[in-house]
Amino acid sequence: MSSKVAKADFSQFPDASGHFGIYGGRFVSETLVFALDELEAAYQRLRKDPDFQAEFDHDLAHYVGRPSPLYHAKRWSTEVGGAQIYLKREDLNHTGAHKVNNTVGQALLAKYMGKKHVIAETGAGQHGVASATVAARLGMSCKVFMGEDDIHRQALNVYRMKLLGAEVISVKSGSKTLKDAMNEAMRYWVTNVEDTFYIIGTAAGPHPYPMLVRDFQSVIGREAREQCLTQNGRLPDALVACVGGGSNAIGLFHPFLDDEDVAMYGVEAGGDGVDTGRHAAPLNDGIPGILHGNRTYLMQDEGGQIIETHSVSAGLDYPGVGPEHSWLKDLGRVNYVAINDDEALAAFRKLTLVEGIMPALESAHAVAYAEKLAKTMSPEQSIVVNLSGRGDKDIHTVATIDGIGIE
Amino acid sequence: MSRLAAVFAKLEKNGRKALVPYIVAGDPSPALTVPLMHELVRQGADILEIGVPFSDPMAEGPVIQLAHERALANKVTLTMVLELVTEFRKSDQDTPLVLMGYANPIERMGYQVFADRAASAGVDGLLTVDMPPEEAEQPTRILRAAGIDNIFLLAPTSSEDRIKKIVSLASGYLYCVSLNGVTGAGNLDIKAVSEKLASIKRFTDLPITVGFGIKDGVSAAALAPLCEGVVVGSALIERLVATDADKTVEQRAALAAALIAEIRSAIDA
Repeated sequence: MSSKVAKADFSQFPDASGHFGIYGGRFVSETLVFALDELEAAYQRLRKDPDFQAEFDHDLAHYVGRPSPLYHAKRWSTEVGGAQIYLKREDLNHTGAHKVNNTVGQALLAKYMGKKHVIAETGAGQHGVASATVAARLGMSCKVFMGEDDIHRQALNVYRMKLLGAEVISVKSGSKTLKDAMNEAMRYWVTNVEDTFYIIGTAAGPHPYPMLVRDFQSVIGREAREQCLTQNGRLPDALVACVGGGSNAIGLFHPFLDDEDVAMYGVEAGGDGVDTGRHAAPLNDGIPGILHGNRTYLMQDEGGQIIETHSVSAGLDYPGVGPEHSWLKDLGRVNYVAINDDEALAAFRKLTLVEGIMPALESAHAVAYAEKLAKTMSPEQSIVVNLSGRGDKDIHTVATIDGIGIE
Repeated sequence: MSRLAAVFAKLEKNGRKALVPYIVAGDPSPALTVPLMHELVRQGADILEIGVPFSDPMAEGPVIQLAHERALANKVTLTMVLELVTEFRKSDQDTPLVLMGYANPIERMGYQVFADRAASAGVDGLLTVDMPPEEAEQPTRILRAAGIDNIFLLAPTSSEDRIKKIVSLASGYLYCVSLNGVTGAGNLDIKAVSEKLASIKRFTDLPITVGFGIKDGVSAAALAPLCEGVVVGSALIERLVATDADKTVEQRAALAAALIAEIRSAIDA
């Protein structure tokens, strides 16, 4: 009985005004409302348009390389000695992460809406690269807003974006990182709403972004669900995914939300430790508030100012989180946990050595938690970990931590 | 009658337009804010908009972003802003004060607590940049019960339906954004603003002020005949930070406020 109620509920959110319970919504200046209304109307029309869906599916298959494998990490599972661990290999997508599922979808929306220019914000540069990639393919101009500090830290991705024909715009305001890049992209969008499409990289921002990013990323969970049934004849016992803004996690979780026996774990960046205050774990240690157009859990001080976050992983270094995660936390449907920098680094090395798969430092947070979780489970049980990206981009960071200089 | 209603009634009677300077509380220093407020009034301001600093001022151009950053570097909080208002009110009981900011610091304080404290400090209106009418019903009720007007933005792109929705909640005055852009932008189109204001006035008798992109007497004088008031923010703050930090607080306030005197005479001419 209760499962039927739950089934009806999850599919009906966000509600018509873009809310997930008290979270989400559209907290933006009036100057942006027109653009969001236009986007929402276009998306509501196109999500039911068979031509649009067929083109999206075609691009996912032939450009992104989907479906991504569900890989049974046997050696690692045996070594851990608990549940069987499966990796959803988003790292094998074109451009090396789940981000491209969303940029392909949003760029297609831009094309159907007749927009000639796209803009994006980026932190580590993965979403910027994924946006520049699809813009190149569709012959659109692309501007990527990136914090000045991140530009210095991620020189390789900056150059990749430039090779792809994108213009990288250095953001010097505020903390000069991802959140400020998002502010600046919004400001640019307000000034150029007529011909510009803003590709937001995560399941946050004002409605309809959390919904459409989730919908585009849900291919991860739909595939994983089917692959579990095909390979094992049953659903997994648990899902594990890292959560920064939360797009890879909501993409994996959403198609399983009605499956009450599937436990879910969203893994936030614990940085130096949640109890040190130096982390990026708003669902573990934040307070609901309003940032970037939505109500959600935030890292903020007593006066309501957004505070700086800390994580070894640039992709998780964000003070907010997608509003649907905030709602799922309050509902108790998903457990949100944290993994510290040192645990994530250990998992990065472990998976590389045991399976020959080098995870992104973001994904390494999920890997680390999965190992802890697997130990508490039996070998008949199974866990699906979203391996959301590959770790090549992080080699420089890991080498620096090891005291090795690589140029 | 509220201070805002009284000011607009008096201006209308005298055939004049409201001049509304915007500064950020605590920028460039908390000590300068109250003297500057008084000086702005002396040089011809009718209403003061006081920015509440926020870490992520999404709708602001570069000049006002930096003002927010400087205020935050001075550790200015919403509580401190209300203290500055209290201090201003000790010697000015008449000039309406409108706080302009972002939702999160107010949510963190709580709307009821904010409304009570703001009312007793002497705040007349609140403009929350990122609070759309869809989310504003309860805050508006709380503010109105405390005697504070909730002031809303209207944009060049606001549809008729949205204009109707917004005017149904708004009181005090409406703030019409003159262009598609952020504060301090340079692409002002007088004809487009004029058409927009005409369409807004079909749905409301509230006074309308226009802001974003007003830099000097010329741009203010061009807009003033179309509306009930003009807002000057970025240009004033640029003037303020250009003043010599070695000068006294009073000297700096007078130098910056000279822009307001210039605009006053332009719109009164």
